[in-house]
Amino acid sequence: MNGDPTPSTLLPDGGESRIPDAFDGEPAFVPYLAAGDPSYAGADCIELGLPFSEPIAEGPTIQQAVVRAMEGGMTVERYFEFVSELDVDVPLVCMTYYNLIYRYGDAAGPEPFVERAAREGIDGFVVPDLPVEEAGPLRAACDEHGRDLVSIVAPTTADERLRRLVDRSSGYLYIQARLGVTGARTSVSGRTAESLARVAETGTDLPRAVGFGISSFEQARDVIAAGADGVIVGSALVDVVAEGHEEDRPVEETAARLEDLGRELTEGALAGAETGASQAD
Amino acid sequence: MSEHQQRRGDGKFGRYGGQYVPEALMPAIEELTDAYERYVLENGDGFMDEFRRRLRDFGGRPTPLGRADQLSERYGIEVYLKREDLLHGGAHKLNNALGQCLLAKYMGKERIVAETGAGQHGTATAMAAAHLDMPCEIYMGRRDINRQRPNVFRMRINGAEVNPVDVGRGTLKEAINETMRDWATTVETTHYVIGSIVGPHPFPSMVRDFHRPMSAETKRQSREQFGRLPDAVVACAGGGSNTMGIFSEFTDSRDGDDEDVTDVDLYAVEAGGSTLDVDEERGVAPNSASLSTGSEGVLHGARTKVLQDTDGQIMESHSVSSGLDYAGVGPELAHLVDEGRVDAVNVDDDAALEAFHRLSQAEGIIPALETAHALAFLEEHENPAELGEYVVVNVSGRGDKDLEAAMEETAGRNLANAPEMDVFEGEGLQ
Repeated sequence: MNGDPTPSTLLPDGGESRIPDAFDGEPAFVPYLAAGDPSYAGADCIELGLPFSEPIAEGPTIQQAVVRAMEGGMTVERYFEFVSELDVDVPLVCMTYYNLIYRYGDAAGPEPFVERAAREGIDGFVVPDLPVEEAGPLRAACDEHGRDLVSIVAPTTADERLRRLVDRSSGYLYIQARLGVTGARTSVSGRTAESLARVAETGTDLPRAVGFGISSFEQARDVIAAGADGVIVGSALVDVVAEGHEEDRPVEETAARLEDLGRELTEGALAGAETGASQAD
Repeated sequence: MSEHQQRRGDGKFGRYGGQYVPEALMPAIEELTDAYERYVLENGDGFMDEFRRRLRDFGGRPTPLGRADQLSERYGIEVYLKREDLLHGGAHKLNNALGQCLLAKYMGKERIVAETGAGQHGTATAMAAAHLDMPCEIYMGRRDINRQRPNVFRMRINGAEVNPVDVGRGTLKEAINETMRDWATTVETTHYVIGSIVGPHPFPSMVRDFHRPMSAETKRQSREQFGRLPDAVVACAGGGSNTMGIFSEFTDSRDGDDEDVTDVDLYAVEAGGSTLDVDEERGVAPNSASLSTGSEGVLHGARTKVLQDTDGQIMESHSVSSGLDYAGVGPELAHLVDEGRVDAVNVDDDAALEAFHRLSQAEGIIPALETAHALAFLEEHENPAELGEYVVVNVSGRGDKDLEAAMEETAGRNLANAPEMDVFEGEGLQ
């Protein structure tokens, strides 16, 4: 990081969300990282986790990352400082739980958080404990500040809910690959293809990114071939970071390992795009 | 009480409540909301009839309301005890556990999961699941497992799996997180029997309704025994299920009441722990008094009063009683306190332990450490006569599960009324 143009100078007045551009063209690689972890080369969009003390949607890997971050003194203020110093020119998505968004600033409600996040260069939000029923105030604040609010589509989301959800989402749709919590898996559940097909039937233009358990070339290939526009990879990368901490590896080495895994997944995604294209012919 | 008189809520209690849960759980929450309305509110397929029959024949309801002679003399008022400690399992928890397990059965669910703090809800759920022949898994914090061994034995003996939770401080908060994670994975076949009036709608309303018999009986028994409604009802509050249970018939006026139930004062007694001060730096609140000292936030599916730091990170709570050791509280109770209908008060660990020994010696009833907080409120009150002539205290549970913890905590304190345990001299307390 050389501290050159910060996202806020790239985005005078907060600008507009850059997320739509990230999904133009080739399949997007969307890594999830906890704020403070080494930043990421080769990403098309980054989900940057702001740790919350009660991560109910997370498996052990991210839970431990949350504990590490909180013990390391991570606060909302430090998160925003980290974001503003981050020297990447891809869209940034803040992934966190609603209480931190709700509590920020003097006035109760999500607006002060969204205003600050927009100013620091955050393009959108994923909030795992905020279903569409409760998302009205955050949606309004995002609209006001030109930010995106990404919705999670679960395998259990039935068609009527899915339509409501698609109508109220922007940026991309986060397709949850399987039931359960986050965490690396070796195979892709058959329900991913099913979800992708159901989303396609709604006729939405929103890009579809698949997350939950994606950790290998084969999985990235398979979800892209099944019609996804991008892959979200969290625990597999955070595992590399955690291993780095445990083994006391130099940051550069951890960064290099992250890059290797990122390359593998990107190549998998590209291979999937070719398969998808040849199937479509 | 008749079900059709109950208002159908949207899950909001003033500014509190709601459904802050992952999308994957929302379809199950919708399904549960339908089942709650159909079976609980409308007695569909005779659900409530079967529930009441099983509460009577399996649970032992109604529980007695009895005059506490020595306490009445001590405080110069008429103290009556609602004996939920005599319900099967030794605590009020069975009302809700039996209701939800039965509802799960009506919904066609095959498996039960639940969290537990003190182990009372886990024990009640394990008993109800065994009674209804359903497989059951309980999540319990490691620290609580160590504090509440007898309840762990009871759950296992009833055939439930007990899964220790090692994350964080290993208490109720972490156990709830872990149960939610299980449910997010198994939601299509499994029902989550939440243990208090917390969580996303419809849980707070549904759990309150399953506990409503405490309140309905108290009303009826008060009239039978002293010819009118009590002046005050006192209950301890952690998440708040025994509180809302015994308050529920007194919170607003209903048809058919010739006395104004809103004249009855309601006191929710929270755990003041060791102090009400908060250690913001370490993220620790050495108490569990979210009604008295908490602020508005979103925790475990609901907007409510929570113990949190300025960022909104949830704090570690503390109480000598694991059943009250929780950083949040039910949204309806938070609302009733804001409205001024319920008074939130608190007593500290020492006062609770003293009350534990007092009731044991004066009335021959060993109360749960949770319940001891409600009793300590009478002792700590400057002038109990101000509470009125007739005061009902909810004895939410018995203290058998707490004997080890109570003796250990007593040993470290200078309590005037604690019994000498020198009979173990030479053997050691262990």
